[in-house]
Amino acid sequence: MRKEILYTLKSPHRDDMRVTGYKFGKGEKTACIVGAIRGNEIQQLYTCSQLIKTLTKLEQKGAISRDREILVIPCVNPHSMNIGKRFWTMDNTDINRMFPGEKNGETTQRIANGVFEQVKNYPFGIQFTSFYMPGDFIPHIRMMETGYQSPSLANLFGLQYVLIRKPKPYDTMTLNYNWQMWEASAFSLYTNATDQIDEVSAKHAVVAVLRFLTRMGVIKYNSHSGYIASVLKEDDLLSVKTTAGGIYRRLKNPGDGVERGDILGEIIHPYEGTVKEQIISPTDGIIFFAHKSPLVMENVVLYKIIRRLHE
Amino acid sequence: MVETIVSLELAVDERLVIKKNRLTPVNISGKEKRICIVTGLHGDELEGQYVCYKLIKEIRENIEYLNGIVDIYPSLNPLGIDSIHRGMPTFDLDMNRIFPGSESGAMAEHVAAKIIEDIYGADMCIDLHASNIFLREVPQVRVSEHIKDKLVPYAKLLNMDFIWVHPETTVLESTLTYSLNNKNIPTLLVEMGVGMRITKEYGDQLVTGIFNLMKELHIWTGKVTPVRQPIISTEKEVNFINAKASGIFMPSVKHLSEIKKGERVGEIFSSLTGEVEEQVISPCDGVIFTLREYPVVYEGSLIARVLGGAK
Repeated sequence: MRKEILYTLKSPHRDDMRVTGYKFGKGEKTACIVGAIRGNEIQQLYTCSQLIKTLTKLEQKGAISRDREILVIPCVNPHSMNIGKRFWTMDNTDINRMFPGEKNGETTQRIANGVFEQVKNYPFGIQFTSFYMPGDFIPHIRMMETGYQSPSLANLFGLQYVLIRKPKPYDTMTLNYNWQMWEASAFSLYTNATDQIDEVSAKHAVVAVLRFLTRMGVIKYNSHSGYIASVLKEDDLLSVKTTAGGIYRRLKNPGDGVERGDILGEIIHPYEGTVKEQIISPTDGIIFFAHKSPLVMENVVLYKIIRRLHE
Repeated sequence: MVETIVSLELAVDERLVIKKNRLTPVNISGKEKRICIVTGLHGDELEGQYVCYKLIKEIRENIEYLNGIVDIYPSLNPLGIDSIHRGMPTFDLDMNRIFPGSESGAMAEHVAAKIIEDIYGADMCIDLHASNIFLREVPQVRVSEHIKDKLVPYAKLLNMDFIWVHPETTVLESTLTYSLNNKNIPTLLVEMGVGMRITKEYGDQLVTGIFNLMKELHIWTGKVTPVRQPIISTEKEVNFINAKASGIFMPSVKHLSEIKKGERVGEIFSSLTGEVEEQVISPCDGVIFTLREYPVVYEGSLIARVLGGAK
């Protein structure tokens, strides 16, 4: 394992911000794994730390294939992480909406560019990331539909689901999208936590990456085969929204099977404690995403359900 | 007449309400043209507040000259304005990156769709912004290159100092201005002043321009003041000056002042060592139309934009 400082940003008043990379194996650049880009992606940081720990042991055992190099970047944004802020410390911009970045551009464009220059030549790019809505997912691989996406490769992670999303204009500046534009096979791996650590889910994510790397001939690691994934399009998911604001009582969790007419949750009157609204499942299916925040307003997506799929 | 265009229930005893004020002529024929003035999409941009107030006041005091409909939307992001929050609180994405939205979409997308629906059918729209807390902008209209032939003649009427015709980028396709222009509603994006502040003279300057534009559109029949001739970026190059060092920036020039190539724009110093970290120098002869307002800078922070040099 070689630890390298990949990018340094001098701060006016704080310590320098360093983006650190861990390299395993030698030779051809093969796979790059990126962890937390936002300051609250604690689970993503933790998952990377566990991956680095495991890869270090595997390297010591000689389990990295010849002429294969793996780069792991556990955190692109330690400055925000250290002050508990999701986006960039000063101007609140999202580094994951600045790719491919610009060498002579604004600060976060420079950070994105500094990182992208280091990661762009790896043919396999894996990012542990988080969603823009507060909530939990079934662990899955997410890919942008750019024409370069490869669901069959995504299947090699052995997770239950692969989700394909048609990119919107604001997606075109994410790391995943730009990796694909650079002709890498890019995968975003969602676990079911962000600002809290979920040990079980983190372990599954680490094993999924090791399984993928083994199947691509990058490492040797024996694990169970995982799942043959169901490939979903984002349009296949049915959003269930609130029609009232209040306190949200979640009754179903990601992975739960539901039938049409089941009660998924309740909206409680914030003062009087009565149930203002029952959230009813409009379909049979499996809960893919469940909202987390206990206070909700009207018209918020509480659940995304995979339609007509059974456990 | 004040009308509500969006009303959503929040969690605890409150509604998110977006309102507009519709000003109409004394006698309505049903064939009136309509102009919309929208602002407050970013909660830290307040320059539009004074413009809305002044416009309503002057129209009311001279209502006999009103020959069309004026819709004024002072606060498209009321929760953001109230909490000094650029985006929409509880929502991760920039509100000006989710247009045209979707009626059936999640909360923010629904709000975006309602705003578009309400403006739809107007003959002209002005989307008024105020930079952010970091940069001060001279009063300017920004026009995307692909529609410059249609919009620049209108922009010239607005009494602004500068018209910036800029290249089209994918990410800007999700802005309010782009979406409205795409629906054939000529929409001018105005940027002026600085975040969290109101610059009265800029507001007065724009109000004069809006009356002039309304006169041209036959929405206003009263007397108008002659407007200034703006500088147009198609004749010159726009040069960006980004900080090469982190520290504290102090300008040595004024906004909208002329500058020669090699002259000092300001300096970046260290308040710890007393050293000058960078003398910021103009790369060309020209006019400074954007100038850093917030003194703390990182490497990459935008210091100034200079219009000058041969294209």
